[in-house]
Amino acid sequence: MTTTGQENSEFGESTVVLDGEAMNAAIHRMAQEIVAANDDLASVVLLGILSRGRPLAERLVSEIRNMTGVAPKVGSLSTELYRDDVRSGKRSASLGHMTHFDFDVEGTTVVLVDDVLSTGRTVRAAMDEIIDYGRPRYIRLACLIDRGLRELPIQADYLGWSLVTQPDDHVFVRLKESDGEDIVLLESRPGETAESQE
Amino acid sequence: MTPAENKPSPVWTRKDLTGLEDLSRQEIETILDTAPQFVAVSKRESGIKRVPLLQGRLIVNWFFEPSTRTRTSFEIAAKRLSADSLTINVQASSSKKGETLHDTLDNIEAMHSDVVVIRHNCAGAAHILAQHHDSHIINAGDGAHEHPTQALLDAFTIRDHVRRQREDSNATLDGIRVAIIGDISHSRVARSNVWGLTKLGASVILCGPNTLMPPEVGRMGAETTSNLRDAIAGADVVYALRIQLERQQKCLFPSIREYIRLFRIDNESLKAAPAHALVMHPGPINRDIELAAEVADGPRSVVLEQVSNGVAVRMAIMHLLVNGRAA
Repeated sequence: MTTTGQENSEFGESTVVLDGEAMNAAIHRMAQEIVAANDDLASVVLLGILSRGRPLAERLVSEIRNMTGVAPKVGSLSTELYRDDVRSGKRSASLGHMTHFDFDVEGTTVVLVDDVLSTGRTVRAAMDEIIDYGRPRYIRLACLIDRGLRELPIQADYLGWSLVTQPDDHVFVRLKESDGEDIVLLESRPGETAESQE
Repeated sequence: MTPAENKPSPVWTRKDLTGLEDLSRQEIETILDTAPQFVAVSKRESGIKRVPLLQGRLIVNWFFEPSTRTRTSFEIAAKRLSADSLTINVQASSSKKGETLHDTLDNIEAMHSDVVVIRHNCAGAAHILAQHHDSHIINAGDGAHEHPTQALLDAFTIRDHVRRQREDSNATLDGIRVAIIGDISHSRVARSNVWGLTKLGASVILCGPNTLMPPEVGRMGAETTSNLRDAIAGADVVYALRIQLERQQKCLFPSIREYIRLFRIDNESLKAAPAHALVMHPGPINRDIELAAEVADGPRSVVLEQVSNGVAVRMAIMHLLVNGRAA
């Protein structure tokens, strides 16, 4: 772990969890694990949870292709229509992301890909959504960062990096595709707990 | 998900949808931007055409006027959102026994309805109910006043085509010209479309016999003409309204034959419109009266897309009303 602590006037203490090199190494290792765990790569499809799960899924596919010559299909999952916090009014009802994949999930091994795993509620919504499209043989979970704070019994099968965080901390994953740089930051807000409680 | 990086998304705060006159452009766009997800739900080929956003909610369709398309569309929209829905058949209901609208709705609400979709022959019926009741009220047509869900699905259909024609997924209706032809004065579809389309930046020209042109439309921001050629020259959309044959005994125009000669949309009259112009109709069509069969079934017609999009737009509206939250 790179620990170049830096002061950020807006957000308080900011720590680099993964720099670009460490992120690439983590993605490479996750791809190796996916290859090792799946003898039949032809039946594996990757579904990136929008927004940052999609570019991560594409990077995993690219790594898997470099290792094996097989490129699993990749698609995008919105999960917005299945979230429990939309129904309970805890989240804005406006919908921004569209699910899109052009393959049948029936009988496949679906690897869900997300940037940050925390409560597990997004993953639950994603599983409900996938099952409405068909019955995969397996659903697996690949996450770049596990920041803990789980509210549901869900774990990652392929994990890039594990972090212990407080509920008020923010974990920022920035990717070249969406944010122009590869970096994972942890921002702690000691003294501001009252404001950031949700 | 990293909360601080979420784009600030527009928040929906309204309890009801009673008309487009008092919606802002941003509110209308929020509805249109929410609908594509629901188009995709209906198009799922092998998957389950349903999402759980309104699971366990009760939606009551309360129709005082005949309707097949709109009522069916709301029922399908409710089912695709996993809600429970029922339709009150007014012919057989207590309204016939003299019960007031408020009393009937009090009784429906005593059974814990969440959304009430109402079509009524009196302008303002939905608005009055919305002010005095807790249910989310959706106006499915009130007299000759408004039919907001029809105008929203029309705007969605037009925007979808503009975006495809221009290959620009962010294209708006700014500068789009829509000609609406027919019986303007009795048309709630025309009124809601004028409000909606002009707020979205389009220009609207209304065309029909002078006897069917209400004096107030000028104030709504639309041009008017009684010359079909003038109306559709330069129009991106040619929108034919249904001639309400049941109103013909009022003698507002001399004969159906004359109406057909002057205002029917057919291959001949469409020559005045640009090649890319879409043809729309809210249904039900009087074939070969306001719209020739050759056009209704032809390549420019998007009539059935309007119907498909109607389900998605109504899903978006019900989702926003029920699951939207105050700022």
